[in-house]
Amino acid sequence: VSATTVTQSVTQSATSPTPKSGTGGVLNKPRGTVATIVMAALSIVWLFPLIWAVVNSFRDYNYTQENGYLSTGGWTLDNYREAWTRGSFAEYLVNSLYITIPAVLLTLFLASLVGFVLARFSFKFNLAMLGFFLAANLLPPQALLIPVFRMFREIPLPFWMSETGTMLNSYWALILVNTAFQLGFCTFVLSNYMKTIPHEIYESAQLDGASVWRQYWQLTMPLVRPALAALATLEVTWIYNEFFWATVLISDFSKLPMTSGLNNLRGQFFTDTNLVAAGSVLVALPVLLVFFALQKQFVSGLTLGSTKG
Amino acid sequence: MSTSPAPVRASQTAPRKARKELTAWDRVIVLLMVVVPLLLVLWLVWIPALASVALSFGVWNGFGGLDQIEWVGWQNYDDIFTIYPPFWPAVRHNLIWLVFLFLLPTLLGVLLAVVLDREMRGSRFYQTAFYLPVVLSLALVGFIWQLFYSRDQGLINDVFGTEVDWYGDPNVNLWAVLFATAWRHTGYVMLLYLAGLKSVDPSLREAAAVDGANEVKTFFNVIFPVMRPINLIVLVIVVIESLRAFDLVWVVNKGRNGLELIAALLSQNVIGEATRYGFGSALAVIMMLISSVFITIYLRIVFREEN
Repeated sequence: VSATTVTQSVTQSATSPTPKSGTGGVLNKPRGTVATIVMAALSIVWLFPLIWAVVNSFRDYNYTQENGYLSTGGWTLDNYREAWTRGSFAEYLVNSLYITIPAVLLTLFLASLVGFVLARFSFKFNLAMLGFFLAANLLPPQALLIPVFRMFREIPLPFWMSETGTMLNSYWALILVNTAFQLGFCTFVLSNYMKTIPHEIYESAQLDGASVWRQYWQLTMPLVRPALAALATLEVTWIYNEFFWATVLISDFSKLPMTSGLNNLRGQFFTDTNLVAAGSVLVALPVLLVFFALQKQFVSGLTLGSTKG
Repeated sequence: MSTSPAPVRASQTAPRKARKELTAWDRVIVLLMVVVPLLLVLWLVWIPALASVALSFGVWNGFGGLDQIEWVGWQNYDDIFTIYPPFWPAVRHNLIWLVFLFLLPTLLGVLLAVVLDREMRGSRFYQTAFYLPVVLSLALVGFIWQLFYSRDQGLINDVFGTEVDWYGDPNVNLWAVLFATAWRHTGYVMLLYLAGLKSVDPSLREAAAVDGANEVKTFFNVIFPVMRPINLIVLVIVVIESLRAFDLVWVVNKGRNGLELIAALLSQNVIGEATRYGFGSALAVIMMLISSVFITIYLRIVFREEN
């Protein structure tokens, strides 16, 4: 879901990330045992679809057709080989990087600019401006499809920027659209985070003659690194996962990112489920790696701003 | 970072003024910092939103310039409500989506959060298991669940000996898709709610315990009321997610045959066989009207917290 819609109320510091357990106190013994058993069972149910996809991605299609999926055996790596070549995932992965990295950097940069102004100064239009960005983040993207689509078709780009010569079917379209949609959430989180910085340090910087730009770049930005890290993790997964805009704005298969590219693995009349499983695992792998490596950042990014600390 | 970086001494002669007034250059910088992002969002979100409203009163196949548009007033809306067969099913499906999302995964997510908020062995592992699907895209969720739902190769039919095409049969496919969504949505709500619970003042709970209130009572009379902002935000997220629902049905069958949703119908009118921009825009306006109610609620919560 696109950037799904998490946008929340007030920001808490990003330094208290993972929801720790235990704030609700201890359960008494029999209840605790029942709760533990139920939770353990449910979490296995929750993990099962992913495990099932991984297991079957390693199985031979003909073998499972003959013996059913409840059998064991027929292990193979062919699905991955075929998915990688037929699904041209190498190309899609590069496309995803071309779109995701610039979009995340641009989003964080622009959001930090607005966030800084909102936190550093108290202009009359601050609240209205926050509303302007936040509401944009919540509008259903499909409702904007027609004008955006038609506009991009009209905008010419030089050949080195887009081989089709228009904004439509170019990486630029996805980079800008994703940025515009993610700005609201990031601005909101960053401005709240920046408001926790004591105002006195700006005053003394001002006294020393530091320009506004220097205050932003050398004072504020180093202090908000934890929030930037959390948001970067979250935005990488969101923009990588983005499906709607990539599907409607890119019709040239060679430009598709991973998530939308998966669609091409499916035949029109026949689908090899094991091959789809392998493709799904390939598409999920980058976000799962990000998730396991930066779980703390991911969770704090999501909950950043959901509570008042 | 207590020392400030700039050693320009000149300004020290007029410190009071410097605090209040920005130099001309600083003003330009502040202006640029705001205007550049503002223009981007204006260009790609707000102008398209207004353009959708305008286009909804016209008939246009998208070819040629704006002068090709034939203005027809409320005709598109009239057609949608009266002679466009998939519209009312789509509205119904969006509503079912909303009610289902709320009744099952949202309440389950809240329940999980309340239980996992306790001291429990392995709590971190359970939390990870529940929110793992949250990092996957809904399109990918659709593909993963195909391994269960496929008629000839799916696990469900294999285990129960049935012959149902879970994604294809219009009698069941909406529910199949909803369960797949629920798999992802539950962890999301759990995560948000868990963070909210953590911020509840523990002395509230202690006071309730001293008063002899049992756990259920404590939750409903003490915890739930102070969680009001989070409750509202979860509610708004559920509504907006249900309205935006698109990815899953698009990967299954492009939103046809039992899986009609407003967002999918709209896309069919733009990148489908027929391009009907005016008609699609009228659908867009209907979506925006519904969402604007909830965006307003959401902004009011946020602004109240801000002040």
